[in-house]
Amino acid sequence: MEDIAITLSAVEKRFKHKQVIAPLSLEVPTGQLIGLLGPSGCGKTTLIKMIMGMLKPDQGSIHVFNYTVPHKQLLMDIGYMAQSDALYTDLTGAENINLFAKLYGLSKTERINRVQYAANLVHLTGDLNEKVMNYSGGMKRRLSLAIALIQNPKLLILDEPTVGIDPVLKKEIWQELIRLKDQEHKTILVTTHAMDEAERCDQLAMLRGGQIIAQGTPQELKTCYGAKDFDEVFLKAGGDII
Amino acid sequence: MRVVALITRIMQQMRRDKRTLALLFIAPLVILSLMYFIFNSDESELSLVVSNGNSQLIDKLQAVDFHVIEKENFSKEDLMANEYDGWLDIQQNQFELTLLNDSPSTAKAVKMKLSQAMQPDNATTMKFSTSYVYGDENTALFDTFSPMLICFFVFFFVFLISGIALLKERTSGTLERLLATPIKRYEIVAGYMIGYGLFAIIQTIIIVVFGIYVLDIVHVGSIWLVLLTNMLVALVSLSLGALLSSFAASEFQMMQFIPLVIVPQAFFSGIFPLDNMVDWLQNIGRIMPMFYAADALNGVMYKGYTFSDIATNLGILASFALVFITLNIISLKKYRSL
Repeated sequence: MEDIAITLSAVEKRFKHKQVIAPLSLEVPTGQLIGLLGPSGCGKTTLIKMIMGMLKPDQGSIHVFNYTVPHKQLLMDIGYMAQSDALYTDLTGAENINLFAKLYGLSKTERINRVQYAANLVHLTGDLNEKVMNYSGGMKRRLSLAIALIQNPKLLILDEPTVGIDPVLKKEIWQELIRLKDQEHKTILVTTHAMDEAERCDQLAMLRGGQIIAQGTPQELKTCYGAKDFDEVFLKAGGDII
Repeated sequence: MRVVALITRIMQQMRRDKRTLALLFIAPLVILSLMYFIFNSDESELSLVVSNGNSQLIDKLQAVDFHVIEKENFSKEDLMANEYDGWLDIQQNQFELTLLNDSPSTAKAVKMKLSQAMQPDNATTMKFSTSYVYGDENTALFDTFSPMLICFFVFFFVFLISGIALLKERTSGTLERLLATPIKRYEIVAGYMIGYGLFAIIQTIIIVVFGIYVLDIVHVGSIWLVLLTNMLVALVSLSLGALLSSFAASEFQMMQFIPLVIVPQAFFSGIFPLDNMVDWLQNIGRIMPMFYAADALNGVMYKGYTFSDIATNLGILASFALVFITLNIISLKKYRSL
């Protein structure tokens, strides 16, 4: 089972009377970059919060690295980036990163190294002593990403990591994600509704109305639906109702 | 037209915020009726112990509505223990009046009624001496309720600051982010209690020292007991504020707890005499932390109580804090079931 990082079996979730996640099963192989693709409100964030153990599924079970969710050890192994930037805006960037480094129990030397590494990766080294309230939207996103990487987790779960980031930086972040996957064998689960990002994933799962409507490599999906690009795949897979 | 657009928007928002509406229309009624009952409470009978009085005198005293208790061999200690309002001891040609003076207004009422009763004859021929168990003739109303004011302000500010701070953490998503790390729920609550607790302690020290040394509020007991009591008050308030913040969706809704939680506590903190209240009203007071805090503080600062005298009150305050802290830890389950 070591080659499967995340297993969702018949997971179901409803808020009040609204079914957000229909019974859904999914396996995420270790060491791959998986894209969770879908329009806003299709249940991506709900699914991710359930994998993190922040929401309890009504039915079904979730396993991550052979642990049953929720499990405390898992929180150490998962780097999480929420959709909204959960940052302390009256602290500086460095203070924010250091807080989380300490919460993950990193030693002092580890902390210095990891903070430097993570800040450098997202090009924030020069702005670390600035208060977060003075950051631009993109800078906050980058800081959140740096925090997700801080404890060097095996699994990265990133909820729309590149929203509000300019194309140059977006490209760099994706290069880094791919490098993390290739060289450090990390498993990465990314949600996005940007179709150009979908192309770069190893595997895609298309989510709509709480159901997975298509699954496979980007190439497979394109061939299967006879489409030129992902906008088309998406439209064809989901029918014409948007 | 633009004005109408704004008005419509406000109407729509208000209609959806049922809690604000309820507060706007119902809370004033609740507080008004509470005040109505508190101020309309019948003035309780003044109790006066009389030693060596003749029946003529007793009749006169009863005529002005004193509840007269005849007791020979009475002492100041008995007066303190039984909390009668006053003790009139008749020597050969001298009245010795001892007033409990736990509330200056009661003491004044006793003196007034007594002079009413004595009016035509005795007062002129007999010598009259007055002594006080607590305070003296210069005791002002402020002296007896300033201890309550001190703990009220400690409670109020700590409640608001901790409540709003934790609320901000909830609304900005940082609390959720914290819970995505391997931190334990009790560690978050402990961090909060200690972090804000330190500031609450500094605030408490400043208020107490200022009140006692600059404003010269009467304090006969130990200042350390005053500080200890107020720190417990701060802890209760800190944990209650943090807890209630989970029932508020905005700073605005947090403010709504002021009339619901803070104001009623002020009513029962002894600023208005509790003895006069009807039983059910007194029982409401007993669920308020401030009731015990004010009782302890008033005991220490005005009556010179020692630790053992207020231990029960302190114990109850500590239990309040403990319950609120536990509920805080449980309420974080909303974000993470672990």
